[in-house]
Amino acid sequence: MNPVSTPAAPVVTHHSTGLQPGEGAPGTMREHHDHHELGFLRKYVFSVDHKIIGLQFLFSGLVFLVLGGLMAMAIRYQLAWPWKPMPGLSWMFPATGGAITPEFYTMLFTMHGTIMIFFVIIPLLTGAFGNFLIPLMIGAPDMAFPKLNMFGYWAMWPAFVLILMGFFVEGGHAAGGWTSYPPLSTIESAAPGSLSGQTYWLMSLTWVGVSSMMGAVNYVTTIVKMRAPGMTMMRMPLSVWGLMIAAFLQLFALPVLTAASIMQLLDRVIDTGFFTPTNLIVNNLTPDSFAHGMPAAAAGGQPLLWQHLFWFYSHPAVYILVVPAMGFTSDILAVHARKPIFGYKPMVYSMAAIAGLGFIVWGHHMFTSGMNPALGMSFMVATIMIALPSAIKVFNWLGTLWGGRIRLNSPMLFAIGFVSMFIIGGLSGIWMAATPVDIYIHDTYIVVAHFHYVVFAGSMFAIFSAIYHWYPKMFGRVMNETLGKIHFVGTFIFTNCTFYMMHQLGVAGLMRRTADPYAYDVYAHLQPLNEFITLSAFCMFAWQIFFVVNFFHSLFWGYRVGRNPWEANSLEWDAPSPPGHGNFDAPLLVHRGPYEYSSPEVAEDYLPQTRTV
Amino acid sequence: MMRLIAFLLLLAVPVLGVWTFVTAADNNWWFPPAYSTFAPDIDWLFDFIMYMVAFTFVVTEVALAWFVLKYSAKRHDKGVFTHGSHKLEMIWTAIPAVALLVIAFTQMETFANIKFASGFPTQGRFTREKPIAQVWASQFDWRVRYPGDDGVLGTVDDLEAAYEFVVPVNEDVVFELRSRDVIHSWFVPEFRLKQDALPGHTIPVWFNATKEGSYDLVCAELCGWGHYKMSGRVRVVSAQEFEAYQADLKAKWFSNGKE
Repeated sequence: MNPVSTPAAPVVTHHSTGLQPGEGAPGTMREHHDHHELGFLRKYVFSVDHKIIGLQFLFSGLVFLVLGGLMAMAIRYQLAWPWKPMPGLSWMFPATGGAITPEFYTMLFTMHGTIMIFFVIIPLLTGAFGNFLIPLMIGAPDMAFPKLNMFGYWAMWPAFVLILMGFFVEGGHAAGGWTSYPPLSTIESAAPGSLSGQTYWLMSLTWVGVSSMMGAVNYVTTIVKMRAPGMTMMRMPLSVWGLMIAAFLQLFALPVLTAASIMQLLDRVIDTGFFTPTNLIVNNLTPDSFAHGMPAAAAGGQPLLWQHLFWFYSHPAVYILVVPAMGFTSDILAVHARKPIFGYKPMVYSMAAIAGLGFIVWGHHMFTSGMNPALGMSFMVATIMIALPSAIKVFNWLGTLWGGRIRLNSPMLFAIGFVSMFIIGGLSGIWMAATPVDIYIHDTYIVVAHFHYVVFAGSMFAIFSAIYHWYPKMFGRVMNETLGKIHFVGTFIFTNCTFYMMHQLGVAGLMRRTADPYAYDVYAHLQPLNEFITLSAFCMFAWQIFFVVNFFHSLFWGYRVGRNPWEANSLEWDAPSPPGHGNFDAPLLVHRGPYEYSSPEVAEDYLPQTRTV
Repeated sequence: MMRLIAFLLLLAVPVLGVWTFVTAADNNWWFPPAYSTFAPDIDWLFDFIMYMVAFTFVVTEVALAWFVLKYSAKRHDKGVFTHGSHKLEMIWTAIPAVALLVIAFTQMETFANIKFASGFPTQGRFTREKPIAQVWASQFDWRVRYPGDDGVLGTVDDLEAAYEFVVPVNEDVVFELRSRDVIHSWFVPEFRLKQDALPGHTIPVWFNATKEGSYDLVCAELCGWGHYKMSGRVRVVSAQEFEAYQADLKAKWFSNGKE
């Protein structure tokens, strides 16, 4: 049943093109590309090949994942055992013997959020899989604008450098939360991280935005203009739909964030007053001395303006983090359940509805902000209605599994895990959308539990699933199944132990971003629960060793597989594994949608999109 | 083997999930006591959503676990060849849509009551025009300015106190919330009340505390490195004690330190 459990015979592969014997025959597209040999630098570093660029995003995203994960562990350590020295880390904090300082704590959660969102999840979903999958799934030889694509990845490098440099400046890195609300983030004397760390943070994010916008332009153009003959929009795999909808979200929302970051940068550097109100006294300093000599009366800015602009991007960004993940999950569920996706069109429309509604719900982050409360009502109704397309998706995933012939391999387990976890993350959102309930739970751990269920247990599970699923296409080898299953079981258990209990902290009223909550009588009894969560989080982090070992081991010693190890239908499985430059070695003609599994038309339980019957 | 493990793992989610919520109160992982007039309303709305969410949660998670167990069995025939069902899509669009609208419209009255201008008390000693005090947030403390004998803020007989906000019990209390520097948030878990203090703005807030006692006043919006220790107290006292407190504060404030 399981195609990966039997070792395939070793295949001799052409060392530079990844071609297998017999491929690249004269007269095919492939033959044309064999004529020019590229040097190492052009082939693997400054590559214009969408697959290499996808892998570049994948590897840099995974490196930042480790960094962001380590920060999460430090945050958890502090919450379980506040101000206790961290074992073995006294060299990092000689002044405190290894204990976290309050300043460092604020920086930790700021940078954990920033790195996980802007340097891990978005680049992994849209950068890595968007690049790798879109041309392969629609039958294109490459992206519409390969050089722009390369530039899109290399625009991340100034962002990488700036975000890492920020850790070493005086006062440390940005410490105003990943939301960077002014005036905390704009006034230098308000926080150590606002000295110059915040400037690096803003510049870095501007580069991330530039990179994402170039990617989004490329994805949309490629999908609209470069589909293979016969590949109508309604024959596209849902991954492609998800990635295209996410690209539209980026195109329309990112310019707002980029403009807002530049405004905040101007507030900090040349004393404009977009977000800084008049007559502030910060740290007993008068306005004249904290704002580089800006006359106090000249400020007159609005802190709420930043919140509106920031959330106008960052709420749609939440859907950038999850809509492609929904697409991957839909595809992977259909492949390994050997069933057509249940309700293809409702799946497409519901993703579009989530994205569309996503633009009119940003105010639900601001119910207690001092925004006119009447606005809260309309934001509440729009937000609660987002649960509707989300529910439709869940029901359709269940419908897909129903009556299937499920192959419980690693990609499938993580995809099922995504569905299970997304149900929790989606449902808990209803509490937060409800304005009166949000008065109480806003900025508590219920919120933390909610977005970790969506972004970690949701999107990250989908990313794991996608890595296991498309690894054979990326590297021509499969990952080890036993290790993959062990990875799933532990990750699933410890993820729930970690994040489910955070709902309980939130119901008890515990606020997020608090270094030592136990000083308050009302929170003192929550320390044992926090210790349990911390131990679970440590176990979850340590458990990822099974993934790391599997990933690198399989890179060199995994079983080699042919083009279509999962017996899947979509076009990427028509290309060699890994595909060479130009992707396909024969002209493609698409006859049907990608979900004809268990079709009565053929003897096998799958029917590739290109096959003639 | 994996089939059974996956089934048990998926089934554990709804079982342990519901168990966690059912036993939460006994484990002290639940709401702090509700000591304001609107706190029970908010708790009721939370529970109302919880029952609808819990139903959906259990049904979908159990179905998922069951499908995984049932349909991952080794079989040699093909799966069911279906691309969906228009009727089912209609059912699972319409029913959640109605349920969600019910949830949304149920919330509105309570929110309007707490935050809208129309919900503010107009009778009684304290109104928007005559607040009990102005509460100032700054890094990292709370200061309270009472209007003094003339009942008008911003005059020479204003009284100031740091750290502690004293209010009478069972009486509608309106105060003005301001910030001196960055954004803070005024949060008393027992009152279920949270409001950001926004620099440059004066935001009116009201509540009616129903039980005498001293409660943690928590800053709920990141305000800098000392955010975690930006604590205060709200002390709810009888009307007589409130008058005595004001007189005592006045004596301290105008005694030039001799008292």
